[in-house]
Amino acid sequence: MTATDQKTKQNWLVEVFVSLKPAVNDPQGLAIKDGLHMLGYDEVDDVRAGKYMQLHLSGSDQSAVESRVADMCEKLLANTVIESYRFTVQPITDDSQ
Amino acid sequence: MSMRYAVITFPGSNGEHDALMAVELGLGMPVEAVWYKETSLDRFDALLLPGGFSYGDYLRPGAIARFAPIMAAVEEFAASGKPVLGICNGFQVLTEAGLLPGALLRNQSLEFRCAWVHVRTETTRTPWTAPLADGEVLHLPIAHGDGRYFAEPDLLNRLIQKDQVVFRYSTESGERESSVNPNGSVDDIAGVCNSAGNVVGLMPHPERAYDTLIGGDDGLRILSSVLRAGMAAASGA
Repeated sequence: MTATDQKTKQNWLVEVFVSLKPAVNDPQGLAIKDGLHMLGYDEVDDVRAGKYMQLHLSGSDQSAVESRVADMCEKLLANTVIESYRFTVQPITDDSQ
Repeated sequence: MSMRYAVITFPGSNGEHDALMAVELGLGMPVEAVWYKETSLDRFDALLLPGGFSYGDYLRPGAIARFAPIMAAVEEFAASGKPVLGICNGFQVLTEAGLLPGALLRNQSLEFRCAWVHVRTETTRTPWTAPLADGEVLHLPIAHGDGRYFAEPDLLNRLIQKDQVVFRYSTESGERESSVNPNGSVDDIAGVCNSAGNVVGLMPHPERAYDTLIGGDDGLRILSSVLRAGMAAASGA
Protein backbone atom coordinates (compact mmCIF):
# COMPACT_ATOMS: atom_id res chain seq x y z
CA MET A 1 0.00 0.00 0.00
CA THR A 2 1.25 3.46 -0.85
CA ALA A 3 1.02 6.42 1.44
CA THR A 4 -1.76 7.88 -0.73
CA ASP A 5 -3.93 4.79 -0.31
CA GLN A 6 -3.69 5.03 3.44
CA LYS A 7 -4.81 8.64 3.57
CA THR A 8 -8.40 9.14 4.51
CA LYS A 9 -10.53 9.98 1.50
CA GLN A 10 -12.25 13.30 1.59
CA ASN A 11 -15.08 14.95 -0.29
CA TRP A 12 -14.55 17.31 -3.16
CA LEU A 13 -16.63 19.68 -5.22
CA VAL A 14 -15.66 19.71 -8.87
CA GLU A 15 -17.03 22.33 -11.25
CA VAL A 16 -16.67 21.50 -14.93
CA PHE A 17 -17.07 24.05 -17.72
CA VAL A 18 -17.45 22.81 -21.29
CA SER A 19 -17.58 25.13 -24.28
CA LEU A 20 -17.28 24.89 -28.04
CA LYS A 21 -13.76 25.39 -29.35
CA PRO A 22 -13.09 28.86 -30.75
CA ALA A 23 -13.01 27.48 -34.32
CA VAL A 24 -16.53 26.08 -33.95
CA ASN A 25 -19.40 28.36 -34.90
CA ASP A 26 -21.81 28.80 -31.96
CA PRO A 27 -25.25 29.86 -33.25
CA GLN A 28 -26.74 29.70 -29.74
CA GLY A 29 -24.17 32.19 -28.50
CA LEU A 30 -24.94 34.45 -31.48
CA ALA A 31 -28.67 34.27 -30.75
CA ILE A 32 -28.08 35.16 -27.08
CA LYS A 33 -25.88 38.09 -28.14
CA ASP A 34 -28.64 39.33 -30.46
CA GLY A 35 -31.09 39.06 -27.57
CA LEU A 36 -28.83 41.13 -25.32
CA HIS A 37 -28.46 43.74 -28.06
CA MET A 38 -32.25 43.91 -28.40
CA LEU A 39 -32.40 44.66 -24.66
CA GLY A 40 -29.99 47.52 -25.20
CA TYR A 41 -26.78 45.90 -23.96
CA ASP A 42 -24.82 47.11 -26.96
CA GLU A 43 -21.52 46.68 -25.12
CA VAL A 44 -21.69 42.88 -25.53
CA ASP A 45 -19.22 41.93 -28.25
CA ASP A 46 -19.38 38.16 -28.05
CA VAL A 47 -21.29 35.37 -26.29
CA ARG A 48 -20.30 31.72 -26.21
CA ALA A 49 -22.80 29.26 -24.73
CA GLY A 50 -21.58 26.18 -22.91
CA LYS A 51 -22.30 23.67 -20.19
CA TYR A 52 -21.67 23.77 -16.48
CA MET A 53 -21.59 20.61 -14.36
CA GLN A 54 -21.07 20.08 -10.63
CA LEU A 55 -19.64 16.80 -9.44
CA HIS A 56 -19.49 15.72 -5.83
CA LEU A 57 -16.94 12.99 -5.33
CA SER A 58 -14.46 11.50 -2.92
CA GLY A 59 -10.72 11.23 -3.38
CA SER A 60 -7.51 11.11 -1.44
CA ASP A 61 -5.78 14.22 -2.72
CA GLN A 62 -6.17 17.06 -5.17
CA SER A 63 -3.89 15.72 -7.89
CA ALA A 64 -5.57 12.30 -7.86
CA VAL A 65 -8.97 13.97 -8.16
CA GLU A 66 -7.74 16.22 -10.97
CA SER A 67 -6.38 13.31 -12.92
CA ARG A 68 -9.62 11.32 -12.60
CA VAL A 69 -11.76 14.33 -13.59
CA ALA A 70 -9.54 15.02 -16.63
CA ASP A 71 -10.21 11.41 -17.70
CA MET A 72 -13.95 11.91 -17.23
CA CYS A 73 -13.83 15.04 -19.39
CA GLU A 74 -11.86 13.31 -22.15
CA LYS A 75 -14.10 10.24 -22.18
CA LEU A 76 -17.56 11.66 -21.66
CA LEU A 77 -18.14 15.15 -20.31
CA ALA A 78 -16.64 16.88 -23.37
CA ASN A 79 -16.31 15.81 -26.99
CA THR A 80 -12.81 17.08 -27.70
CA VAL A 81 -13.47 17.07 -31.45
CA ILE A 82 -15.64 20.14 -30.93
CA GLU A 83 -15.37 21.18 -27.28
CA SER A 84 -12.78 22.28 -24.78
CA TYR A 85 -13.12 21.96 -21.03
CA ARG A 86 -11.73 23.26 -17.79
CA PHE A 87 -12.54 22.46 -14.20
CA THR A 88 -11.92 23.55 -10.64
CA VAL A 89 -11.52 21.24 -7.67
CA GLN A 90 -12.10 22.24 -4.08
CA PRO A 91 -12.27 20.21 -0.89
CA ILE A 92 -15.58 20.21 0.94
CA THR A 93 -14.99 20.78 4.63
CA ASP A 94 -17.45 19.70 7.30
CA ASP A 95 -18.35 23.37 7.79
CA SER A 96 -19.34 23.86 4.16
CA GLN A 97 -21.43 20.66 4.15
CA MET B 1 -28.42 -14.15 -51.53
CA SER B 2 -29.81 -13.39 -48.15
CA MET B 3 -28.35 -11.09 -45.56
CA ARG B 4 -29.48 -10.74 -41.99
CA TYR B 5 -29.75 -7.12 -40.80
CA ALA B 6 -29.68 -5.93 -37.19
CA VAL B 7 -31.30 -2.72 -36.01
CA ILE B 8 -29.59 -1.58 -32.81
CA THR B 9 -32.15 -0.12 -30.44
CA PHE B 10 -31.28 2.18 -27.54
CA PRO B 11 -33.64 3.66 -24.97
CA GLY B 12 -34.92 6.72 -26.83
CA SER B 13 -34.38 5.41 -30.35
CA ASN B 14 -37.48 6.11 -32.44
CA GLY B 15 -36.48 5.10 -35.94
CA GLU B 16 -36.08 1.38 -35.29
CA HIS B 17 -39.53 0.45 -36.60
CA ASP B 18 -38.97 2.42 -39.80
CA ALA B 19 -35.67 0.57 -40.26
CA LEU B 20 -37.26 -2.83 -39.57
CA MET B 21 -40.10 -2.13 -42.03
CA ALA B 22 -37.74 -0.85 -44.70
CA VAL B 23 -35.61 -3.99 -44.59
CA GLU B 24 -38.52 -6.39 -44.21
CA LEU B 25 -40.98 -4.83 -46.68
CA GLY B 26 -38.64 -2.84 -48.89
CA LEU B 27 -35.88 -5.41 -49.27
CA GLY B 28 -37.60 -8.63 -48.20
CA MET B 29 -34.60 -9.50 -46.05
CA PRO B 30 -34.50 -10.98 -42.55
CA VAL B 31 -34.06 -8.32 -39.87
CA GLU B 32 -34.16 -8.15 -36.08
CA ALA B 33 -34.17 -5.40 -33.53
CA VAL B 34 -31.25 -5.79 -31.13
CA TRP B 35 -31.75 -4.29 -27.68
CA TYR B 36 -28.87 -2.19 -26.34
CA LYS B 37 -28.28 -4.61 -23.45
CA GLU B 38 -27.33 -7.45 -25.78
CA THR B 39 -23.67 -8.20 -26.31
CA SER B 40 -23.38 -10.32 -29.46
CA LEU B 41 -23.91 -9.53 -33.13
CA ASP B 42 -22.43 -12.74 -34.49
CA ARG B 43 -25.61 -13.78 -36.30
CA PHE B 44 -25.78 -10.65 -38.47
CA ASP B 45 -24.31 -9.54 -41.79
CA ALA B 46 -25.16 -5.83 -41.66
CA LEU B 47 -25.93 -3.30 -38.89
CA LEU B 48 -28.25 -0.33 -38.87
CA LEU B 49 -28.09 2.24 -36.06
CA PRO B 50 -31.43 4.05 -36.34
CA GLY B 51 -32.55 7.58 -35.69
CA GLY B 52 -34.10 8.96 -32.55
CA PHE B 53 -33.00 10.51 -29.29
CA SER B 54 -31.00 7.83 -27.52
CA TYR B 55 -30.79 8.58 -23.80
CA GLY B 56 -32.78 11.76 -24.46
CA ASP B 57 -29.78 13.31 -26.24
CA TYR B 58 -28.57 14.18 -22.73
CA LEU B 59 -25.13 15.81 -22.58
CA ARG B 60 -24.71 15.49 -26.38
CA PRO B 61 -26.57 13.38 -28.96
CA GLY B 62 -25.05 9.90 -28.88
CA ALA B 63 -22.72 10.66 -25.96
CA ILE B 64 -24.27 8.18 -23.53
CA ALA B 65 -25.34 5.55 -26.07
CA ARG B 66 -21.75 4.97 -27.08
CA PHE B 67 -21.15 3.30 -23.70
CA ALA B 68 -24.17 0.97 -23.97
CA PRO B 69 -23.39 -2.75 -23.55
CA ILE B 70 -24.01 -3.52 -27.25
CA MET B 71 -21.41 -1.00 -28.40
CA ALA B 72 -18.42 -3.28 -27.80
CA ALA B 73 -19.98 -5.74 -30.26
CA VAL B 74 -20.68 -2.88 -32.68
CA GLU B 75 -17.02 -1.85 -32.53
CA GLU B 76 -15.93 -5.44 -33.11
CA PHE B 77 -18.37 -5.80 -36.01
CA ALA B 78 -17.05 -2.58 -37.58
CA ALA B 79 -13.43 -3.66 -37.09
CA SER B 80 -14.18 -6.94 -38.87
CA GLY B 81 -15.00 -4.94 -42.01
CA LYS B 82 -18.71 -5.79 -42.13
CA PRO B 83 -21.13 -3.03 -43.17
CA VAL B 84 -22.45 -0.61 -40.53
CA LEU B 85 -24.85 2.26 -41.32
CA GLY B 86 -25.60 5.01 -38.80
CA ILE B 87 -28.71 7.03 -39.59
CA CYS B 88 -29.26 10.44 -37.95
CA ASN B 89 -28.90 9.67 -34.22
CA GLY B 90 -27.06 6.50 -35.28
CA PHE B 91 -24.57 8.73 -37.12
CA GLN B 92 -24.18 10.82 -33.95
CA VAL B 93 -23.56 7.67 -31.89
CA LEU B 94 -20.87 6.49 -34.33
CA THR B 95 -19.03 9.84 -34.24
CA GLU B 96 -19.19 9.91 -30.43
CA ALA B 97 -17.82 6.35 -30.38
CA GLY B 98 -14.94 7.41 -32.59
CA LEU B 99 -16.00 4.95 -35.32
CA LEU B 100 -16.56 7.88 -37.67
CA PRO B 101 -14.57 11.13 -37.89
CA GLY B 102 -15.89 14.59 -36.98
CA ALA B 103 -18.92 15.58 -34.92
CA LEU B 104 -22.51 16.78 -35.29
CA LEU B 105 -23.55 20.11 -33.86
CA ARG B 106 -26.78 22.03 -33.33
CA ASN B 107 -28.22 23.16 -36.68
CA GLN B 108 -26.97 26.55 -37.78
CA SER B 109 -30.59 27.81 -37.84
CA LEU B 110 -31.16 26.50 -34.27
CA GLU B 111 -34.35 24.98 -35.71
CA PHE B 112 -35.34 21.35 -35.97
CA ARG B 113 -35.45 20.59 -39.69
CA CYS B 114 -38.02 18.16 -41.05
CA ALA B 115 -38.00 18.12 -44.85
CA TRP B 116 -37.18 16.21 -48.01
CA VAL B 117 -33.73 17.01 -49.36
CA HIS B 118 -31.45 15.92 -52.18
CA VAL B 119 -28.04 14.43 -51.56
CA ARG B 120 -25.35 13.72 -54.10
CA THR B 121 -23.34 10.50 -53.95
CA GLU B 122 -19.69 11.46 -53.51
CA THR B 123 -18.09 8.04 -53.42
CA THR B 124 -19.10 4.54 -54.46
CA ARG B 125 -16.28 2.81 -52.60
CA THR B 126 -18.43 1.95 -49.57
CA PRO B 127 -20.64 -1.15 -49.38
CA TRP B 128 -23.60 1.21 -48.80
CA THR B 129 -23.04 3.10 -52.07
CA ALA B 130 -21.24 0.61 -54.33
CA PRO B 131 -24.07 0.09 -56.88
CA LEU B 132 -24.85 3.83 -57.10
CA ALA B 133 -23.47 6.02 -59.87
CA ASP B 134 -20.85 8.61 -58.94
CA GLY B 135 -22.72 11.86 -58.47
CA GLU B 136 -26.11 10.11 -58.34
CA VAL B 137 -28.68 12.29 -56.60
CA LEU B 138 -31.03 10.72 -54.05
CA HIS B 139 -34.23 12.22 -52.63
CA LEU B 140 -34.43 11.53 -48.88
CA PRO B 141 -36.14 12.97 -45.81
CA ILE B 142 -34.31 14.61 -42.92
CA ALA B 143 -35.57 15.19 -39.37
CA HIS B 144 -32.97 16.55 -36.98
CA GLY B 145 -31.97 19.37 -34.67
CA ASP B 146 -28.29 18.47 -34.41
CA GLY B 147 -27.13 17.67 -37.93
CA ARG B 148 -24.45 20.25 -38.63
CA TYR B 149 -21.46 18.15 -39.57
CA PHE B 150 -18.18 19.61 -38.34
CA ALA B 151 -14.56 18.71 -38.92
CA GLU B 152 -11.62 21.02 -38.33
CA PRO B 153 -9.91 22.17 -41.57
CA ASP B 154 -7.06 19.63 -41.30
CA LEU B 155 -9.46 16.75 -40.74
CA LEU B 156 -11.77 17.98 -43.49
CA ASN B 157 -8.90 18.04 -46.00
CA ARG B 158 -7.90 14.57 -44.95
CA LEU B 159 -11.45 13.27 -45.38
CA ILE B 160 -11.66 14.75 -48.86
CA GLN B 161 -8.24 13.39 -49.87
CA LYS B 162 -9.03 9.93 -48.52
CA ASP B 163 -12.43 9.79 -50.21
CA GLN B 164 -14.38 9.65 -46.94
CA VAL B 165 -17.12 12.11 -47.88
CA VAL B 166 -20.03 9.88 -48.90
CA PHE B 167 -22.94 12.31 -49.45
CA ARG B 168 -23.30 16.07 -49.88
CA TYR B 169 -26.50 18.11 -49.83
CA SER B 170 -27.25 19.31 -53.36
CA THR B 171 -29.97 20.55 -55.65
CA GLU B 172 -32.15 18.06 -57.51
CA SER B 173 -29.75 18.27 -60.44
CA GLY B 174 -26.73 17.63 -58.20
CA GLU B 175 -25.38 21.18 -57.89
CA ARG B 176 -23.98 22.32 -54.56
CA GLU B 177 -25.65 25.47 -53.32
CA SER B 178 -25.58 26.90 -49.80
CA SER B 179 -29.36 27.50 -49.89
CA VAL B 180 -30.03 23.73 -49.99
CA ASN B 181 -27.70 22.90 -47.08
CA PRO B 182 -30.34 22.39 -44.37
CA ASN B 183 -28.17 22.62 -41.26
CA GLY B 184 -24.96 24.49 -41.98
CA SER B 185 -22.79 21.39 -42.33
CA VAL B 186 -19.20 22.13 -43.30
CA ASP B 187 -18.63 21.63 -47.03
CA ASP B 188 -22.32 20.59 -47.42
CA ILE B 189 -21.47 17.18 -45.95
CA ALA B 190 -24.47 14.90 -45.30
CA GLY B 191 -22.60 11.64 -44.76
CA VAL B 192 -19.09 10.28 -44.21
CA CYS B 193 -17.36 6.91 -43.88
CA ASN B 194 -14.42 5.54 -41.91
CA SER B 195 -11.11 5.04 -43.67
CA ALA B 196 -11.94 1.42 -44.51
CA GLY B 197 -15.29 2.51 -45.97
CA ASN B 198 -17.43 -0.14 -44.28
CA VAL B 199 -18.85 2.22 -41.63
CA VAL B 200 -21.06 4.98 -43.06
CA GLY B 201 -23.08 7.64 -41.25
CA LEU B 202 -25.57 10.07 -42.71
CA MET B 203 -28.18 12.51 -41.40
CA PRO B 204 -30.93 11.80 -44.00
CA HIS B 205 -33.22 8.82 -43.43
CA PRO B 206 -33.01 6.15 -46.16
CA GLU B 207 -35.26 3.89 -44.05
CA ARG B 208 -38.08 6.45 -44.35
CA ALA B 209 -37.88 6.32 -48.15
CA TYR B 210 -38.52 2.67 -48.99
CA ASP B 211 -41.76 2.96 -50.96
CA THR B 212 -43.22 5.54 -53.35
CA LEU B 213 -46.35 5.30 -51.22
CA ILE B 214 -44.53 7.17 -48.43
CA GLY B 215 -42.95 9.78 -50.67
CA GLY B 216 -40.09 7.95 -52.34
CA ASP B 217 -38.01 4.81 -52.47
CA ASP B 218 -34.50 6.16 -53.02
CA GLY B 219 -33.57 4.95 -49.55
CA LEU B 220 -33.64 1.39 -50.83
CA ARG B 221 -30.73 2.28 -53.12
CA ILE B 222 -28.61 2.65 -49.99
CA LEU B 223 -30.11 -0.10 -47.84
CA SER B 224 -29.89 -2.68 -50.64
CA SER B 225 -26.33 -1.77 -51.62
CA VAL B 226 -24.80 -4.19 -49.15
CA LEU B 227 -26.70 -7.03 -50.82
CA ARG B 228 -24.88 -6.29 -54.06
CA ALA B 229 -21.59 -5.92 -52.19
CA GLY B 230 -22.29 -9.18 -50.35
CA MET B 231 -23.05 -10.93 -53.62
CA ALA B 232 -19.78 -9.75 -55.14
CA ALA B 233 -17.87 -10.99 -52.08
CA ALA B 234 -19.68 -14.35 -52.21
CA SER B 235 -19.01 -14.88 -55.90
CA GLY B 236 -15.40 -13.81 -55.47
CA ALA B 237 -14.85 -16.26 -52.63
